[in-house]
Amino acid sequence: MTTKTSRIQSVFEKRNGDDKIMSLFITAGYPDLESTVDLILGFEENGADLIELGMPFSDPLADGPTIQYASNVSIEKGITMKKIFGMVRQVREKSEIPIILMGYINPILRYGVEAFCSDAEESGVDGLIIPDAPIEESGIIESAAREHGLDMIYLVAPNSTDERMKAVDEKSSGFVYCVSVTGVTGARQGDEVARSVERFIGRVNTNVTSNPKLVGFGIKNYEDAKLISERVDGYIVGSALIEAIRKEYPNKGWKESVLQFVNHLKFGNI
Amino acid sequence: MKYTAPTKQGYFGKYGGKFVPEILIPALAELEEAYEESLNDPLFQKEYHDLLREYVGRPTKLTFADRLTEHYGKAKIYFKREDLCHTGAHKINNAIGQLLLARKMGKKRIIAETGAGQHGVATATACAKFGFECVVYMGAEDMERQKLNVDRMRLMGAEVRSVETGSKTLKDATNEAIRDWVTNVDDTFYIIGSVVGPHPYPMMTRNFHRVIGEETRDQLKQKEGRLPDYLVACVGGGSNAIGFFYPFIDDENVKMIGIEAAGLGADTDQTAATLTKGTPGVLHGSLSYLLQSNEGQIQLAHSVSAGLDYPGIGPEHSYLHDTKRVHYYGVTDQDAMDAVKLISMKEGIIPAIETAHAFAYLETLMPLTQRDEVVVVNCSGRGDKDMKTISEWF
Repeated sequence: MTTKTSRIQSVFEKRNGDDKIMSLFITAGYPDLESTVDLILGFEENGADLIELGMPFSDPLADGPTIQYASNVSIEKGITMKKIFGMVRQVREKSEIPIILMGYINPILRYGVEAFCSDAEESGVDGLIIPDAPIEESGIIESAAREHGLDMIYLVAPNSTDERMKAVDEKSSGFVYCVSVTGVTGARQGDEVARSVERFIGRVNTNVTSNPKLVGFGIKNYEDAKLISERVDGYIVGSALIEAIRKEYPNKGWKESVLQFVNHLKFGNI
Repeated sequence: MKYTAPTKQGYFGKYGGKFVPEILIPALAELEEAYEESLNDPLFQKEYHDLLREYVGRPTKLTFADRLTEHYGKAKIYFKREDLCHTGAHKINNAIGQLLLARKMGKKRIIAETGAGQHGVATATACAKFGFECVVYMGAEDMERQKLNVDRMRLMGAEVRSVETGSKTLKDATNEAIRDWVTNVDDTFYIIGSVVGPHPYPMMTRNFHRVIGEETRDQLKQKEGRLPDYLVACVGGGSNAIGFFYPFIDDENVKMIGIEAAGLGADTDQTAATLTKGTPGVLHGSLSYLLQSNEGQIQLAHSVSAGLDYPGIGPEHSYLHDTKRVHYYGVTDQDAMDAVKLISMKEGIIPAIETAHAFAYLETLMPLTQRDEVVVVNCSGRGDKDMKTISEWF
């Protein structure tokens, strides 16, 4: 646990009553290296409370085709860890929105764990989500992250045991990421997520008691988000947002269309 | 000091571990428990060993390679004949073992990744024998160069799914298999074909292959009344090598050599020589040496042999490399292909191109040996599957 209130924690503390926190995932450098900063600022203006900035990896084995695609585009366009920190710095010049770096452990190890955490802090990163470093393995980065004031956000899944959920809650700070369905990331059809999530969220609420909870995986629109996050603090949208970009980019006005999608995700049709 | 790796957490020195998404943690816990139980279950062990004997055809022979020995005029050369296993390679030892575990755990559906297709064929074989649904992920490029094995898998009822992402080879097939597993974790068992992946896979797969080294030890004792001086095996992920080496690790006088695929050369970027050229990192669930860029992106491997065309290596090999208990060297595509020809001509055995990498190293090793020494090469697979590549090469 970090001692002073982190930017992530204060988002949850400032939340009004039944409002849901919306966290948006975007792959850094997708659809191009120049747009990421503008997109993040636009997301904030259109209702995003948190940003998960994806650090692309060549072999994203927990991701479905959409995020695989975005990662490949970004790598081909020449994304580097230094450039990602640069993007965070640019956002920080204009905004206090919490930024969580999300990505696989290997590029972090390659960069050097201490250097990575230090540069993350310096550029204004608030937390880390590393899907392939579960609590068994997170010792590899945990103390460096804490030392540099980064919240460590771990995941729980529908097949996590009650004990496991408690252990994850214990280890996490910022929030706990609740994976709504077993599977890779990606939008899902019909009510698959809603059906899976009902019992799972009940167990999450019993076992995860010290951190806020956001639910993600498979949420594709406002209606999904509303339904699925009913009993938690908020929701995470990634693949559906990337699909929205993929559909419009690079047509004229693509950014406006994407921001409209974001606005609708948060507020519905107003 | 007696060799005891891995630790309870699945570490060989600093290598190994369970770098997997949360969803797979319960599946690995369940697998560890079932595997531990199976070790103390006499019925399980009996069934496994009966199948190895009656179905796989073990023990495989230890053949004296008299003409090859004469060719080099130095140490005696023996071949451990894993090419004589049912399906043509060592892979079946592990596929059968893991399938029995899947059955014990009540899983209905089997998935696997394959490079050369030998593990895919072994898994399809085991699934046919036991009546399991089987899905094999295989890179599109590998399906092309190992077409015979694709046909064999399909004939036995397996569904072979072509993987079009990345390098379209073993690495990408493994990504897809893991994604399938994450999605269908409740009813699906993932039979990993090498000593890679998260704990307990590297340990479990090694233990299903240790029979190779155990038999070699007994057979050589009968033929020569002694331990070997050198063991030589090819290493991609490293399953045949570790099965062959493991029972000798505490015998300090037995020198062990693992041969990686250097592709066009370990000093080029067209290589699969992970230990020679790589650095430690995480791929497919464990920490081990990898071919990667400065940014930590996995680099595409290259080898003429689909089974060695992989940018990673099992964590135990990384450990044995660092501790220098095993020495690892690279052999190029050209030298491996020359060895295919030499072994075919001298011994009437057409080795798999993977296996030929081990044979190719004899050119370097044999001049350094003495006439009273013994070298054993693990002949891990036969080359029928490679006839198209071999014909085109020469």
